[in-house]
Formats: sequence, C-alpha cells, structure tokens
Amino acid sequence: MDLGAINPILLIAALMSAATPILLAATGELVAERAGVLNLGVEGMMIVGAICGFAIAVETGSPLTGFVAAAAGGAVLSLLFALLTQVALANQVASGLALTLFGLGLSALLGQGYVGIKPPRMGDVSFGPLAEIPVLGPTLFSHDPIVYVGLLLVAGTWAVLRFTRAGLILRAVGENHDAAHALGYKVVRIRTLAIMFGGACAGLGGAYISLIRVPQWTEGMTAGVGWIALALVVFASWKPWRVLLGAYLFGGITQLQLNLQGAGVAIPVEYLAMSPYIITIVVLVILSADKSAAPASLGRTFHASN
Amino acid sequence: MKLTTLLAGAAMALGLATSALADGHEKTKVGFVFVGPIGDGGWTYEHNKGRLMVEEQLGDAVETVFVENVAEGPDSERVMTQMALDGADLIFTTSFGYMDPTINIAKKFPDVKFEHATGYKRADNVSTYSARFYEGRAIQGHIAGKMTKSNIIGYIASYPIPEVIRGINAAYIHAAKVNPDVEFKIIWAYTWFDPAKEADAARALIEQGADVVLQHTDSTAPQAAAQEAGNVVTFGQASDMAQYGPFPRVSSIIDEWGPYYVARTKAVMDGTWESMDTWDGIGAGMVGIGEITDAVPADVKEEALAMKAAIADGSYHPFTGPIKKQDGSDWLAEGEVADDGTLAGMSFYVEGLTGEIPQ
Repeated sequence: MDLGAINPILLIAALMSAATPILLAATGELVAERAGVLNLGVEGMMIVGAICGFAIAVETGSPLTGFVAAAAGGAVLSLLFALLTQVALANQVASGLALTLFGLGLSALLGQGYVGIKPPRMGDVSFGPLAEIPVLGPTLFSHDPIVYVGLLLVAGTWAVLRFTRAGLILRAVGENHDAAHALGYKVVRIRTLAIMFGGACAGLGGAYISLIRVPQWTEGMTAGVGWIALALVVFASWKPWRVLLGAYLFGGITQLQLNLQGAGVAIPVEYLAMSPYIITIVVLVILSADKSAAPASLGRTFHASN
Repeated sequence: MKLTTLLAGAAMALGLATSALADGHEKTKVGFVFVGPIGDGGWTYEHNKGRLMVEEQLGDAVETVFVENVAEGPDSERVMTQMALDGADLIFTTSFGYMDPTINIAKKFPDVKFEHATGYKRADNVSTYSARFYEGRAIQGHIAGKMTKSNIIGYIASYPIPEVIRGINAAYIHAAKVNPDVEFKIIWAYTWFDPAKEADAARALIEQGADVVLQHTDSTAPQAAAQEAGNVVTFGQASDMAQYGPFPRVSSIIDEWGPYYVARTKAVMDGTWESMDTWDGIGAGMVGIGEITDAVPADVKEEALAMKAAIADGSYHPFTGPIKKQDGSDWLAEGEVADDGTLAGMSFYVEGLTGEIPQ
C-alpha cells in the first residue's frame, strides 16, 4: 500500500471535473421535474450535446462556441420530447426512453467523421493571485469555465425556484397543473421551456465529457451518466444543493476509489467499485428523511380540457 | 415470454428458414452481437471490420446483421433469440460475458451455429474462438519495461477474467525481465467501454507516477488522457489506434478477426462447420502488432520485432519457465512452457505483482 502516492489536491481538482457532467445534467432534469415533467431522455440529450459540441468546437476551433452549440443541440432534441408529451400528450416514460435511443443513434450518425480527432482545448479561468494560494488555488481556482458554470447554475436554480415569481409559477405547475391552469398560467408553455432548459443543461454536460473530460469523440461515450443524473435528482429530493452534494460525492468517491486501487489499498476492489453508488445513495437517503416529496404532478399528462 | 410460445416461435422460424433453403435462393445469414458501439475505435470496431470482410468476400451469398451495445448477461439472450428467430444461420457473440447466454440459446436453437469469442464453454453447435493476445502483451511489456523512467507502469484492467489476468502476467513478466525495478499499478475499471471512466483511471495512474499506461478496455480515451499529460507512453488495444501515434501510442495489439469469420461462414455454407476451439496468435495472423513508432529507441524496437518473430515461428513462448506464482510457489520449471489449459483458466498473478485479483 502506498497512500502517499495519492495527492489530495489533485484528487479534489479531479473530483470537481468528474462531477460536472452529472451536475449539469441533473440540475437541468431537476428543473424539468419540478415543472412536473419526467424526461428519461437525459442520456440521449447528453450524447447529442456531446457530438454537437465536439463537431462545432472542431469546425470553429472555439470550445466556447462548441458548448453553446451543445446546449442548443440538447434543447432542440428536447423539443421533440416536448412535442410528443405536451402537444401529442404521449406517455412521458415511453417518450423519454425513445428520446434516449434516438439520441444515441443520431449522435452516432452525426459523429461518423469525427472519430480520432483532437478537439481544441479550453483554457482554465484565470483568477490571478487567487490561483497562487497554496492548496485552495490548485483545488478551487484552476478549473475550466464550465466547472464554475455548473456551480453558478446550481446557485441560480436554487435562487430562482425559491425566491422568484417565475420559480413559484414553475413549482405550481409541477405540483398541481389544473390549479395553475385555472389561475391562468400557460402550463404547456412553461413545461416546454423547462424541458428545453433541461435539454440545454444535458447538452452542456455531454459536451463537457467530449470536450474536456476525455477529450475525444467516441460513439456512446456518455456510457450511462444520464441515468445516474436522473437517479440523483430523485435521491436529492428535487433540491438543487443536494444535487450538488450528490454529484460531488459521486464524482469524488469515483476518483478516490480509482486512486485507492492504483495505490494498492487492501480493500477488495468490488467494494471500491460499488462505493460511489452506495455512499451517495445512503447519504442522500439520510438527508431526505425530512419528508420532501416528489412534485405532485410529476409524470402526469396535462390537457386543458381535464 | 413462456417457454412454449418461445419454442413454437422458434420452430416456426426454423420451418421458414428451411423452406427458404429449399427454394434454392438462400442467403446465409450471419449475426453478430457486439458489446460496445462499432465506432469504439477498439474491440468492437475490429469485430465489425471482420463482419465487413465477410460481406466483401462472400458478397451476395451472405447477409450480415449486428446489434451493438448489448449488455453482457440476460439481455444478450433476448438479442440472440431475436437473431435466431429472424433466421440467422450463424451467430458470433463477441464478448466473454455472453458465454452462458450463448450456451442457453444454443440449446433452444440446435440448428443455428454459434461462435463465442474468448470463452471456454462449447456445445455441438457452439464453437469458441479467441486470439492469443498475451503474445502481443509480452511484446508490449518488453517495450514498456525499457521505456519507463519512473519504473511505474499503469494498467487499466477491465474484468477479472482469465483473458485479462493473462495479459497482465505476460506484460509484467517481460517488463520485469528487462527492468527488475518495474512496478505495476493496476486499476480494475469493471467496464469494457466507458470513455470517461477509462480517462479518469488513466489520469489517476498518471498522477501516481505511471509513465506507461497499458489498457485492457476498448476505447481510445486513455490515449487521449496520455496525450494530454504529454510524457506518457500508451499502446493501442484491440485496434491500431494509429491516430494517437507516433506518441503517446508507440505500438499496438490488433485483433484480426476477418479471415476467421470468412472461413467459418464458408464452413456453414458448405456444411462442413463443426464445433471446435480456435486459439490463434501472431503466427496464424489473428494477432497483429501495430507499427512500432520512432518514439521507441531503435535497439528496443529491434528486440521487440525479434521477439515477435520468435513467437510467430513458435521458437519462443511468452510463458516459459522459470516462473513462480505470486505466493512464491513454483509454477513453471526452467524451460517449461505453460499448457493451454492452465492459460485458458488463469486466475493467479505471477511473482512480483502486488495486490489481489478481485474474485
């Protein structure tokens, strides 16, 4: 065993990067679910975002443009889901699963010319003297911009849902769409916007994998992150800060267990491999003991005639 | 689905298949079950190249179908059943985890031929085939032992199955032979294909001082991570991965399935197919060694090529004694060569490797 081989500073830095795709996708899904929409297409929107972002970043040479394109790509794909569930009133579970399958296929098609290409790198944000602080500098102040976008997104989502009128309306639609409709709110329009926001966030998360974390394009490269994000939203009781906690916990323990394996720690590998899932679930389940429930209209179809 | 309906469906499909054969305008239908996407750039990519070679060489006489991203385990039975019901004459199941499902489905479809890659269970209509990747691993180990400066070699392993353990042992024996100080750090990723996790594992190894990273997972993500780090050597796995050459990728193990797939499909067409076990290596052309780039010193390259030639003509076996097991007990005496049975079921590390194999 050689625990000294693990550098805690690098570990924390790696944790923030590893958690960002899950964090982005889960925050988007949280907003959609708070509006009463269960979109199981997160994986599909992520992978489409991954290839849109990758392709545009390679073509334009600008990773930032790539991320914008990824958000747009995810949002456009989610419009398909909105069309099916909000206009055609299709079943949300089936539509979401179909969206994932469709996204995986579409991304494979779009990505055919992009295998084996190296994307342009996104530089780290410059914090000037802050980055010079020992320990804090390399862990907190030496990341790419998207890591901070993810954190701001969580804070923003929390603030909007909690303190603003828009957030209140969104939650009202998610809790009781008939009442919201009776009050004159446009349920379908609000839900469509929430779905698009979810799609854009998932797209960003996907592009983070293809442009920064790996970085390359490979078919099916999100490999289930979307499903983890979905599960995280539920275990986090639809609360933004808990999503952040869950994502960092999951990302952190994943990194830690890889490092522990490399250092030859005498814990059986099977336990290490399952530890991110178990610890994240246990912590979030303990936290959710405060009886926070799912949005009451989650997954229910709305039509003005009901 | 109830077994009876399944069997009825199977019988009907077989009836249809035989009547089609009787018409005289039959096409031999060949199915492929893939564990990853065909664009993974590694394992599945090469199997798909083999499939394309079947189509190219046998032309209109065959039709191929494939399903990608099939999870190992019960879900694969569904895919195989569907292929058999759709009239496939020959089905290649191309991952270790399809072993029991293949045997199960083969029992239900006695007239369909199955070929399972890298497994060890056979039946009258199930053959197994694999390549001696460990021969390539030996050459990798040699180059890795010579190239490492930190004397730490990282190894991204997938699942603790004999195939992967064999690769680790072969690489370690030959790395330690040229560099007794070498240390292997092994991370079990518990996946064949997950680019983000593979990249994370590669980074964790690099952060812990590894300057050579070997991988037994299917994507090119570790190559990208090594390229980013700048001074880390990698090897292409399953496919050439030449796009990451000449550095970090300095050589590769390439799986050449095409000729085997063509031969077996032909055997089904002329009715000479029978259940057998094929395990070919560099000599038979099933394992290729990708170009060794100029990043490798000329003398090391020469030694590697000499080893390749010796393995190919059978004068050298990568598991030649004296070799002890990890616990210090004797395995192979001086000059003794490992038998295929032991290699096929290998579940122990050789002496010098640290850590335990997950059970």
